[in-house]
Amino acid sequence: MTRENNKKTVNVLVVGTGGQGVITASEILSDVAMRSGFDAKKSEIHGMSQRGGVVTSHVRYSENVASPIIMEGEADILLSFELSETVRWLHFLRPSGRVITSLQKIIPPAVYAGMGSYPEEAQTVIKQRTTDPIFVDALPMAEKLGNPRLVNTILLGIASAMLDLPVDEWKAVIAERVPANFKELNLVAFDKGRDIG
Amino acid sequence: MKKQILSGNEAVALGAFQAGVKVASAYPGTPSTEILQNFATYKDVYAEWAPNEKVALEVAIGSAMTGVRTLFTTKHVGLNVAADPLMTLAYTGIPGGLLIVCADDPGMHSSQNEQDNRFYAKFAKIPMLEPSDSQEALEMVEEGLLLSEKYDCPTMLRMTTRVCHSKSIVQIDAGNQAAVPVAEGFKRDLKKFVMIPAFAKLRHPLVLEREEKLEHVTETTAVNRIEWNDKKIGIITCGIAYQYVKEIMPDASILKLGMTFPLPKKKIKEFADKVERLFVVEELEPYIEDEIRIMGLAVEGKIFFPKLDELSPDIVATGFAKAGVLPYDLPPVQEKAPGGSMPRPPLLCAGCPHRGLLYSLNKMKAIVHGDIGCSTLSVLPPLQSIDTTLCMGASISMAHGTAKAMAIAGLEDKRPVFAAIGDSTFFHSGITSLMDVIYNKGNVNVLIMDNRITAMTGGQQNPGTGRTLQMEETYAVDILEIVRALGCKRVREIDPFDLEGTIAALKEEVAYDGPSVLVTKRPCVQLFRRDPQAVRTVDSDGCLGCKRCLKLGCPSISQGDIIPDDADKKERRYSNIDATTCYGCALCEQVCTSNAIVYVPQ
Ligand SMILES: Cc1ncc(C[n+]2csc(CCOP(=O)(O)OP(=O)(O)O)c2C)c(N)n1
Ligand code: SF4
Ligand code: SF4
Repeated sequence: MTRENNKKTVNVLVVGTGGQGVITASEILSDVAMRSGFDAKKSEIHGMSQRGGVVTSHVRYSENVASPIIMEGEADILLSFELSETVRWLHFLRPSGRVITSLQKIIPPAVYAGMGSYPEEAQTVIKQRTTDPIFVDALPMAEKLGNPRLVNTILLGIASAMLDLPVDEWKAVIAERVPANFKELNLVAFDKGRDIG
Repeated sequence: MKKQILSGNEAVALGAFQAGVKVASAYPGTPSTEILQNFATYKDVYAEWAPNEKVALEVAIGSAMTGVRTLFTTKHVGLNVAADPLMTLAYTGIPGGLLIVCADDPGMHSSQNEQDNRFYAKFAKIPMLEPSDSQEALEMVEEGLLLSEKYDCPTMLRMTTRVCHSKSIVQIDAGNQAAVPVAEGFKRDLKKFVMIPAFAKLRHPLVLEREEKLEHVTETTAVNRIEWNDKKIGIITCGIAYQYVKEIMPDASILKLGMTFPLPKKKIKEFADKVERLFVVEELEPYIEDEIRIMGLAVEGKIFFPKLDELSPDIVATGFAKAGVLPYDLPPVQEKAPGGSMPRPPLLCAGCPHRGLLYSLNKMKAIVHGDIGCSTLSVLPPLQSIDTTLCMGASISMAHGTAKAMAIAGLEDKRPVFAAIGDSTFFHSGITSLMDVIYNKGNVNVLIMDNRITAMTGGQQNPGTGRTLQMEETYAVDILEIVRALGCKRVREIDPFDLEGTIAALKEEVAYDGPSVLVTKRPCVQLFRRDPQAVRTVDSDGCLGCKRCLKLGCPSISQGDIIPDDADKKERRYSNIDATTCYGCALCEQVCTSNAIVYVPQ
């Protein structure tokens, strides 16, 4: 017998490295879930992770959420800002879970100091372990749209196409959270993402 | 009623404001810092960063002595620093509500240990509340203040990182609040507030009486509640562990403890008597479990749920599976994907003012007592420039001890002894250590890294920055003046971005027989905007791929394409500088011996 309530709650694990915008993305997602009438919880660890370290943020929503953290093997979506970080957290996905990952690679200086190596086979590993992963060259895309910070909104746009949350709430929350002069651009980026998803 | 998604820390700040708290004092420390940062933004409140936790608690006590509702927040290790006032405060009591918010860090996400501070409440015999989510955190602030006022003692609100930093939905209903008592001002009461032995002897029995009264409170409070369900399994739990238990064992009966000192022994007994198997699920120490054992009841806990690290739903499920009571199969163990274990430790930022000094220290062949702060991050390669980190302020005193021991024992060790400490940490507890060095004729070389902020915890003001928590302008303490006043006349500022000058200064101080202080004074990059004009670039005609610049551990420098080479030497790659993140500190330019790193103003 398997755990029952693991099917009712939607679990999204957002990952990346310090300073990439992981926390903002999960803030937006949990806000959208709350405004759509769900109980929502979100958990991350800030602190040391700000200095370029590993950052993860767990978002869960359903009628009633207890634990703010996702169990291994139960994430529905792994939303990743960095390719090797996707590999690091793949084991959190449930068998039917989907990967959305930016192709951006950030090589930690620790690698140059001889502490481990960057997983060059990342894309192959992800393809082997999951169905229909979405690889997106989000950084060049964002730069073309006019601002590297738009990576965040593009990735959320893709996720939004897989999550059953009203698109109006998405747009409302994004519009509220970005500076007024970036509003239009962010909504364009969101739609671009949504088209991919 | 308004709904908002708040972190535990935001909820405590809001709860304190709604409950009429007027004064708050703290020293920053993850995961507690955001409480005061949020509280300070409310209207008509006074909030301050004190130089350390002992000072902060004493400020709070003085405030609560006037009857004003007061807040003191700290991370777990900060309560060690404030333990002295705490233990006697438990004797004196205070007329105004005083809430001590203590944020523990199971799992040591950003701490030097994972001590379980619930024992402090038991030690001091003060009531303790433990929230499991943001809603409870908000409500327990008022609850705690009421207890404090009614029983004439501080209340401890014990949080943990997961409760502080997780966000959950909070129903905000300011109308539900009880009236805030009117502060009656400071009233002289010598036998209560002057703890000479004769008077303290009178107070101690009152502490015991209070404990008895609180034992009644804890039996009837709504925050200690039984959720009856299947009685085969009964689980006693508190804090974040409650959420994991609800997630994993939805059909079990639960005794949810929101007040964990004193423990409700009758309620525990009543619960234990009605269930077939009794478990305790709690993070860190068997604090509740031991108490239940002493009561003579059969209970299972730490044999299934570890004392180490924070719990998680996975760990709780595994524990119940081991106990043979998990009502479903454990999910198959999820194997980590190959290539997923590359280390990605936190780093000093590009342009960090500490880098030049730490790089130079690495070249000194010295014993370096480090301290707590961003500079601690230099322990890993490539910088690897410190030998110890213990607790705040310890670098200077430990260096003094090492140097004295080496001298008196005649140890054959030619290595000079350094202490490296940040500005905020120097104000916290480094000053007294330096006083010891000078007073006792020590011989250590002290390095004060003045980056004009308390950086590690996210950038807070401190006594040297010229601004208060509420952003008022104030006197900025002059570190050089303090050092001189302590009796150390050999003190000067150096520029950590001048590598040659920095190394020369370190050598000079080693050669000098006596204590000395060097102060690096360059701001943390959190304090100013990056100037894209200052960016350095690698000239591929000059770069030999020697990796010297990579030894700086600057996140802006990486390796790029392979350098074409006709002789079959080892493969070498060009260094690359990321123009979007480089701060232009010019350290890499200085370490490059082929002049391949250049500055091209656009
Ligand atoms: C007793 C205690 N209080 C608080 C902390 C949290 N803490 C760790 S580092 C730090 C600030 C260090 O600031 P500073 O000395 O200026 O160094 P920087 O990080 O700016 O380089 C604080 C507050 C702690 N570890 N111990
Ligand atoms: S936050 Fe400031 S002090 Fe800390 S690593 Fe970055 S630049 Fe250095
Ligand atoms: S100048 Fe060099 S060391 Fe300094 S931030 Fe730029 S790349 Fe890093």
